[in-house]
Amino acid sequence: MSGAMNLLIGLAMGFSLVALASSRLPSVISAAAFQGMILGILPLLLEEKFHWLVVAVAVGTIAVKGFVIPSLLRRALRAANIDREMEPLLGFVPSLLLGAAAIIGAAAIGAELPLRPEHAKSLLVPGSFATVVSGFILLTTRAKAISQVCGYLILENGIYLFGLLLINSTPLLVEAGILLDLTVAVFVIGIIMDRIQREFDTLDTRKLTSLRE
Amino acid sequence: MKEIFLIAIPLLAAGAAFVWPNERTRPWLLPVTAGLHSLLALWLLASPPPLAADAWFGFDPLARAVLPMVSLLFLVCAIYGVTYLRIRAERKNRVFVTALLAMPGLLSLALQAQNLGLLWVAAEASTLVTIPLLHFNGTARAFEASWKYLLICGTGIAMSLLGSFCLGYASLYGGGSGDLAFATLVKQGTGLSHPWLVAAWVLLLAGYGTKMGLAPMHTWKPDAYGEAPGMVGALMAGGLTSMAFVAILRVKQVVDAAGAGDVTQRTLLAVGLFSMLVAALFLLGTPDFKRMLAYSSIEQMGILAVGAALGGAGIWAALFHVWTNGMTKGSLFLSAGNLRRAAGAQTADKAAGMAWRSPVSAGLFIAGILAVTACPPFGPFFSEIKIVLALFKTRDTLAATVFLGCLLFAFFGMTRLAFAIVDGRPRAGARKSSERFPELPGVIAPPLLFLSLSLWLGLATPSLLRDSWTAAAKLLFPTP
Repeated sequence: MSGAMNLLIGLAMGFSLVALASSRLPSVISAAAFQGMILGILPLLLEEKFHWLVVAVAVGTIAVKGFVIPSLLRRALRAANIDREMEPLLGFVPSLLLGAAAIIGAAAIGAELPLRPEHAKSLLVPGSFATVVSGFILLTTRAKAISQVCGYLILENGIYLFGLLLINSTPLLVEAGILLDLTVAVFVIGIIMDRIQREFDTLDTRKLTSLRE
Repeated sequence: MKEIFLIAIPLLAAGAAFVWPNERTRPWLLPVTAGLHSLLALWLLASPPPLAADAWFGFDPLARAVLPMVSLLFLVCAIYGVTYLRIRAERKNRVFVTALLAMPGLLSLALQAQNLGLLWVAAEASTLVTIPLLHFNGTARAFEASWKYLLICGTGIAMSLLGSFCLGYASLYGGGSGDLAFATLVKQGTGLSHPWLVAAWVLLLAGYGTKMGLAPMHTWKPDAYGEAPGMVGALMAGGLTSMAFVAILRVKQVVDAAGAGDVTQRTLLAVGLFSMLVAALFLLGTPDFKRMLAYSSIEQMGILAVGAALGGAGIWAALFHVWTNGMTKGSLFLSAGNLRRAAGAQTADKAAGMAWRSPVSAGLFIAGILAVTACPPFGPFFSEIKIVLALFKTRDTLAATVFLGCLLFAFFGMTRLAFAIVDGRPRAGARKSSERFPELPGVIAPPLLFLSLSLWLGLATPSLLRDSWTAAAKLLFPTP
C-alpha cells in the first residue's frame, strides 16, 4: 500500500518539475491537471474502510482538478491567443534547479520533523512541502496570468497532500468545503482574467503597473 | 439555535437578490436584510444563547464581542448603498447586491466558527465574494486591483490552510484525534507537539495576517481600497479585517493553551509594530486619499496586533478598538467616496478645494481623519490610550516609543493630505462631476451616523459592550 502511495506522490512531484521546466502554457496546464488527478486517487488508497463520502470527494477532486479547471484555463488560453511563456522573471533552467533544490530541502526538513510511525516511511510530508514550494516559485516568477494560476493550483495541491495526513480525523465536510472553495476561486480567477484580457489586451501581468506608490 | 439566522438571513437574501427582476428596487433588499441582521445580533448581544458542546458554530463570547459591530457596520453601509446605487444607476447591480448581501452571512459564519476547518472555508468564501465588489466600477485599474487581491489573498489563505493542517497534525502527533475543533485543541493543551505547533502558528499568522493586512503581507490593501467603492472599503476595513483578527485570536488561544504564549506575544508585538512603522512611512508620502485610508487601516491592524500581544488588558482594549476603528473607518470611507465622486479624481494634484465643492462631506472627512488619528473626544482615542497603558505596564520602552512615534507620524501624514484635498482652489474640471453628484441626504447621513457612533463609543461606552469584551478577554486569557 505505502509503496503504491509513494510511487504516486513521486509522480506528483515530477509533474511540478515538468510545470517548472516547460515554456509551453498547455503543458503547464496539463502538468497541473495530471498532478490534481493523482491527488484525487490517493484518498482511495489511504482509507481502510469503503465510505461513500470518500469516493465522492475523490471523484469530485479528479473531476474538478483534472477536467473542469484545466478546461477553463485552456479556454482562457484560446481566447487570449497565447501559447508560450516568453519572458519569465526567472529562466526555466534556474527554476527547475530551484524546484530540485526544494525537493532535497523538503526531504531534509521532513526527516527532521517529528512524524507518527505510520507516516515515517511515507513521502507525504516531503512531497507536500516540495510541491508547495514549486507552486510558489511558479506563482512568483512567471509573468503570464495563466502560469500564475497554475502555480496557485500546484500550491493548493501541495497543501492537499499534507491534508491527507489528517484524512482519518478531519471531517470530510471540511474537505468538500475546501474543494468547493477552490473551484469557485478558479472560476472567479477565470472571469477576472477574461476582463483583464479585454481591458489591457494582454494576459501579461507585467503590464498591470498603474497601481503603485 | 437563533444564531444560525445570522448566517442564513443574509445568504437567503443574497439568493433573492440574484433572482430579483428589477434593477431599481433590488438595492432595497440591503437595508431590510441588514436591519433584520442587526436586530438579531443586538438581541443576542443582550441575551447570549448557551453554547452547545461540539457545535460547529456558536455565539460564544468572542463572537458576541465582535459580531454586533460588523452587523451595525453593514446596516449603515446598506442604508448608504440604496442612494449610492441610485446615483450610479448606469452600472448593473445584480452581482454587486448579491455579493454584498452574502458578505455579512459569511462573516457571521466565520466569526462564529468553532472549528478551524470551517473557519477557513468561511474566510476563503468571504475573500471570493469580495471580488465582484472590488471591480464594481469596471475600470482597468479596478481589474488590476482585483487580480492582485485574488493572488495575494489567495496565497495567504492557502498558507493558513497549511497552518490549519499543521495544527491538526500537532494534535495527532501528541496523541490527540487530529480534530480541528477549537475546544478539543484547547483541551489537549500542552499535549500538542511543539515543533508542529510553532509551524502552525507561523503559517496561520502569515495567512490570516495577509487577510487582515499586516505588513509585510499588506500589499493588496492600497490597491483594493483605492479602487473599490467607498462602502466596500468600509466593509472590508471594518468587517473582513476584524474577522481575520478574530481568527488570529482563536488560534492564539490554542497556542497559548499549549504553553507557547511567549512565542505568540513576541511575534504579534513585532508584526504589529512593523505594520505601524510601514504604514506611517507610506502615510507621509502617498498623494492619493483613498490609498491613504488603506495605509491607515494597516496602521490600525498593527495597533490591534500590539493589543493582542499584551495579555488580558490588551485584548480587552483591542476588542474596544475593533469597535471604534470599525465605526470611524466607516465614516471615513463613505465620506471619502463622496469626495472621490465629486472631485472625479483621488490624488492631491487633481482634487483640491473640496470644502467648496462638497462642504458637508469635506467636513465629515476632516472629522473622521481627526478621529482615526486618535484625537479626543472620538472613540479611537479612548481605545488606543488603553492599549498604550497596557504597553507601559510591560515596561518595554522601545516598543512604547515606536508605537507613539508611529501614531505621531501617521497624524502628520494624514492631516497633510486631508487638508490638501479640502483646502485650496477647486480645479475647473471638478465642477461638472460635483454638479452631477450633489450631496444628497442619503450619502451624508450614513457617515454622520458612523461618526456619532464613534463619539458615543468613546464618551459613553455601554456597559453591555464592556461586559462582552471582558467575557471575551477572559475566554482568551484565563489568568489575568
